[in-house]
Amino acid sequence: MRLDLGAIAKAGTSKANQTGGWRNYKPIFHQEKCIGCGLCKIYCPEGCVTMIEKKKYTVDYTYCKGCGICAEECPSGDIEMFVEEK
Amino acid sequence: MTTTTVTGPKEQACDTLLAAGHTACTGCGEALAAKLVLGAAGRDIIVTDATGCLEVFTTRFPQSSWEVPFIHSLFENSAAVASGVEAALKALGRQNEAKVIAQGGDGGTADIGLQALSGMLERGHNVLYVCYDNEAYMNTGVQRSGLTPFDCMTTTSPYGEYSWGNKHNKKDMPGIAAAHGIPYVATASVAFPKDIENKVKKALTIPGPKYLQIHSPCPLGWRSNPHLTIKVAKLAIETGLYPVFEMENGKITKVRKVKTPKTPVEEYLKIQGRFAHLFKSPKGQEEIQKIQEIADRNIEKYGLA
Repeated sequence: MRLDLGAIAKAGTSKANQTGGWRNYKPIFHQEKCIGCGLCKIYCPEGCVTMIEKKKYTVDYTYCKGCGICAEECPSGDIEMFVEEK
Repeated sequence: MTTTTVTGPKEQACDTLLAAGHTACTGCGEALAAKLVLGAAGRDIIVTDATGCLEVFTTRFPQSSWEVPFIHSLFENSAAVASGVEAALKALGRQNEAKVIAQGGDGGTADIGLQALSGMLERGHNVLYVCYDNEAYMNTGVQRSGLTPFDCMTTTSPYGEYSWGNKHNKKDMPGIAAAHGIPYVATASVAFPKDIENKVKKALTIPGPKYLQIHSPCPLGWRSNPHLTIKVAKLAIETGLYPVFEMENGKITKVRKVKTPKTPVEEYLKIQGRFAHLFKSPKGQEEIQKIQEIADRNIEKYGLA
């Protein structure tokens, strides 16, 4: 690896790290009881929860580390955590 | 000059200014806080950062999680670098093109970077300083800092026969910042994202130096469950142990009130392993009483009730 002047790294290149491999628990978004508050998206430390349409959210398992904040904070209990089997 | 290029997967669902793939621990409060600050500030910013968790987990060279211009120099000089960036923008006549945000952890702000921060506040640079307060040096293995709370167990303030953990009180960092006579000082918490957004947006409209301190739980150092990050942060506010307020020109203008009847501090302490020793012997009750007194003092001092 060669360093360029000032050791500059390109923006957003950390996306090459697929941190989803760290996961022990996997959130499942049932998309049934969702009230569309968006707390799962706001509270996700990875920023990997996205809105597909109104009252329908999904998670990018490439990056989700399975912290479970989304499931804990979901006011309608639409998100459930399961032990991940690899 | 050769450029090292690292390309990520082509299709990206995530669109935050702090890109996914950073190596923060599971349930990291600081990653969440940084994401919220960037989201509120928008793209037209230049950020600097002190050494610490945030710098380490976002910039694993040659990769970077930052989608905005970012500079890291040393542990102690985040504020000084930001001062230089701001002065350079001014000299070029481009100060309207970008806002400058300096960042640091609690160690990089209240201990190691305090001198640089004080200089920046004194000289009146138009910079927003954001301190991500996770209450110890987490990156190097949970050593106590000036912002570690009373009786908290860290690796350099262990509990034992002669110790209940950290014997010093948390430094009043917002008070120190406010004593410089700066126009805006505020504290916030990751539990209230809208509040962070409002405070960052408001601070960026005020000319001069601004200081914002964000309470960011660290599941690793606080020995709490990763999924409880938000709950822990909420309890810190509800018990009065972390007063959330806004201070303009030295006067407190807004506070987040605690609920009545007030939540006892045990609720906050018992879900964290760093305070578990207080519950192991009957004598620990006296120490919990002392922490309750700190909370009560905060409630009175900031008018949280």
